Amino acid sequence: MGRGLLWGAGVLAALFLLAPIVAILPLSFSAGSFLLYPLPGVSLRWYRDFFASDFWLPALWNSLLVGGAASALATALGTPAAFGLWRMRGAARAVALGVVLAPMVVPVIVVAVALLLAFGPVGLVATHAGLIVAHAALGAPFVVVTVLASLEGFDPVQLRAAAACGAGPVRAFLRVCLPQIAPGVAAGAVFAFATSLDEVVVALFIAGPAQRTLPRQMFAGLNDQISLTTAAAAAMLVGLSVLLLLVVAWLQARARRRSHARDALSPRSS
Amino acid sequence: MSRPGAALLTAPLLLFLLATFVAPIGAFLWRGVTDTEVAPVLPRTVAALAAWDGTATPGEEAFAALVADLRAARAGNPTGLARAAARLNADRPGFRGLLPTTARRVAAPFEGPARDAVLAASGEWADPEAWGAIRHAAGPLSAFHLLAALDLRRDATGSVAPVPEDQRIFRAVLARSLWISLLVTGCCLLLGWPLAWLIATARGWPATLLLAAVMLPFWISLVVRTAAWMVLLQREGLVNAALAAMGLIEAPLPLMLNRFAVVLAMVHILLPFMVLPLVAAFRALDPFLPRAAASLGAAPWWAFLRVTLPLCLPGIGAGCLLVFIQALGFYVTPALLGGPNDQMLAWFVGFYATRSVNWGLAAALSILLLAAVGLCVALYGRLAGFRRSGAA
Repeated sequence: MGRGLLWGAGVLAALFLLAPIVAILPLSFSAGSFLLYPLPGVSLRWYRDFFASDFWLPALWNSLLVGGAASALATALGTPAAFGLWRMRGAARAVALGVVLAPMVVPVIVVAVALLLAFGPVGLVATHAGLIVAHAALGAPFVVVTVLASLEGFDPVQLRAAAACGAGPVRAFLRVCLPQIAPGVAAGAVFAFATSLDEVVVALFIAGPAQRTLPRQMFAGLNDQISLTTAAAAAMLVGLSVLLLLVVAWLQARARRRSHARDALSPRSS
Repeated sequence: MSRPGAALLTAPLLLFLLATFVAPIGAFLWRGVTDTEVAPVLPRTVAALAAWDGTATPGEEAFAALVADLRAARAGNPTGLARAAARLNADRPGFRGLLPTTARRVAAPFEGPARDAVLAASGEWADPEAWGAIRHAAGPLSAFHLLAALDLRRDATGSVAPVPEDQRIFRAVLARSLWISLLVTGCCLLLGWPLAWLIATARGWPATLLLAAVMLPFWISLVVRTAAWMVLLQREGLVNAALAAMGLIEAPLPLMLNRFAVVLAMVHILLPFMVLPLVAAFRALDPFLPRAAASLGAAPWWAFLRVTLPLCLPGIGAGCLLVFIQALGFYVTPALLGGPNDQMLAWFVGFYATRSVNWGLAAALSILLLAAVGLCVALYGRLAGFRRSGAA
């Protein structure tokens, strides 16, 4: 295969991935009111519109609130679970891992409809608590996977050393293990937040008017005429996503630096 | 830390997922294989029909049981009666009206056989199929919803047959969902291969830039990416405007609300899931092996076919299954970019759960969807191997 042809095809695919997003971002800064080029002028009027709107602004707060709480819950449950899975063996581990990872593969529409049915009788439909709990369940596998990956670089001999020095298992985990895997835990929390920030189907089915999140409002805004405020909302979501991507990249680089430093010091390194 | 201690650490998350994920989904899917609306309302009728063979109108005993059941339900459980009527209506259109009407007509005491009174209320009851519908709905376990999800039903004698041609919906929906997912997977593989190869083999900033081009959309919200395609493809969208400005078209092209738009946007959304496993597979490839093959006299395409391809096959399979599994469950993108004939299984699950409140059918469709996904996950497990992560 010709190298030139390969480059041509690869670059085209990369452009295909980027072009739609790059094409719509400048439109949100338009001074006009049509989603077309050339822009009649540059202004922030659609962003002002966004922040003055009681359709969008509560949705932004809801997204941040639900995402933050769901991420905290998923991280609080997922981090010890990952540590436990890391120490477990055999069939019990396979079953536990299967349950933990299931939310990643089960189609989200099934989750949404099932939760609508289950949350109804217990009064969790159209509540913040219901949406947070649902998003935490969807985000938890990402925390577990990320923390498990960072535990691969952790030497379990240190736990025995801690035990020999008189630390209980909880203390050993908190004082010896947790500081070393902290970047992984933080990355997992960011993944869980991003999962909630992206999620729209569960929000469509179980959120009430008071819980509408940004993607949920975008979905509603897309069903009829697309406004430039919707474009501004899209641009803000893109900005948030890029921010999260950078945070994760930074955390992973930190985790790598740490494990290199440890390898250099550890007598077991080859 | 001891093993029981480790298991204890996973307990909070497992219990949480059991309560918020496993149990709700289990309870929902259970509705797809059970039938609970009719038996509590028409217990005597169900019992009277137990020994009936379904070939001819049942005897007086069944009619008398029906009258007794309808009188009791009309007086004591009108909501249950309405629900039973709705359920029977799903099997045999007309029951939604037939059951309450018959109940009203036989409510007052009458002389003579129940058979005559019921048949006077509605001639429908002379048809064995009406009684068959009640018998099939007796539950508690029932294949009714699953059969319905495959466009099948039982007749009065109990044999399974396809529903009439003009009432078939779900086979086409299932075939469409599989076809769209397959098409999207194929397109992703075609587009993803050269991109992944470059990322795996190029050095320096071009490789970094290409990887960033994959990672960035990967992180951006699915709704935003779908919205971007709407802005591009709508009637007064960027693509039509650009084509018109270049003088290539006179009237706007219908680029949206069709299959093309759905597949295009889905490929865009799922492409990173293809590229990343491919990159991993290509990076693990020993670059000297194709060269060794060449030095042994293999032509480049032969070396590719016999050396490179087999070595990458697990990675390719993993990427394809990852894309296919996710494509099967798509809801948002077809709902926004597709027309009525481009909606996939997920849309029908949502529709039957909320707008037509037929949980049994929604659950049966979900079972189909999960079965397809489960099959793919099992395949993925064999191909990629669920690698044991964790230290010894």
